[in-house]
Amino acid sequence: MSVGESATPLGRVRGLGSAREGGEHWLTERVTSIALLLLGTWLIASLLILPKLDLRTVAEWLHAPSGAVPMALLIVIGFKHALDGLKVVVDDYVHEPGNNFAVNTFLLFLAVGGGALALFALARIAFGVAG
Amino acid sequence: MAATNSRPLSPHLGVWRWGPHMAVSILHRVTGAGLSIVGLAVLTWWLLAITGGPATYATFTKVMTSPIGLVILVGLTWAFFQHLLSGIRHLAMDTGAAFELGTNKRFAILTIVGSLALTAAVWAYLLGVVK
Repeated sequence: MSVGESATPLGRVRGLGSAREGGEHWLTERVTSIALLLLGTWLIASLLILPKLDLRTVAEWLHAPSGAVPMALLIVIGFKHALDGLKVVVDDYVHEPGNNFAVNTFLLFLAVGGGALALFALARIAFGVAG
Repeated sequence: MAATNSRPLSPHLGVWRWGPHMAVSILHRVTGAGLSIVGLAVLTWWLLAITGGPATYATFTKVMTSPIGLVILVGLTWAFFQHLLSGIRHLAMDTGAAFELGTNKRFAILTIVGSLALTAAVWAYLLGVVK
C-alpha cells in the first residue's frame, strides 16, 4: 500500500479515489429497493391472504408459478440488496483495509451461499420434489 | 486511527444529538441489518423446512410460534415496515426534496408511527385469522 517518491502520478492515486463503481453500487441499491418494496409487500400480503399457513397450503402456493416466480425474485434481489446495504455499513465502520476486505468477503460468501440455498429449496418446492 | 484519518465519519451514536431524523437514520441501518441477517435466515429456513416435509415443518412452526419466535416475527414485521417507509423517505430525499428541518422531522416521525400502525394491523389480522 505504501507509495514511494518514485511513483508515477497514476500510481500515487490508485486505490484512493473513485473506482468508477461507487455510482453503480449506489444506484443498484435504490433500484433493488424499489423492487423489494413491491416484492416485500407481495410476500406479506400473500401470507395474510393464504387461508392457512400449514405445510400443504404454502407448498401449493410456492409450487404455482404465481408464487414461485415472485419468491425467486425476492430471494435474488433480497440477498443482493442485503449485501449492498451491509457493505455500506461495513465500509463506514471497518476502516482498516485488511479487516474491511475480510468482512466484506465473508458477507459476500454468506449472501451468495444463503441465496443459493434459498433458491435451491424454492426449486425443490416449485418443481415438486418436496414431499 | 482518527488522528491520521480525516475522511468523513458516519453516524456514531455517541456524537450525534438524538432527534427523530437522526433516530430514523439509525433505525434504517439497524432494521436493514436485522432484515438482512435474521430476516433472510428465517426466510431460508422456512423454505428449507417446507422441502423437508411434515416433521421438519412442524419443528419450524413450533419454534416460530413460541414466545421467542413470535418476538422475532413481530420484530421482523416491524423492521420491514420501518425500513420500507424510511426507504421511501430516503428515495424522496435522493431527489433533493424534504431537507427542510420541519418537513424532514415530520416525515421521520411519520415513518415511526406508520411502521408501528402497519405492524399492529398485520398481526391483529394474522392472529384473528390463524386462531
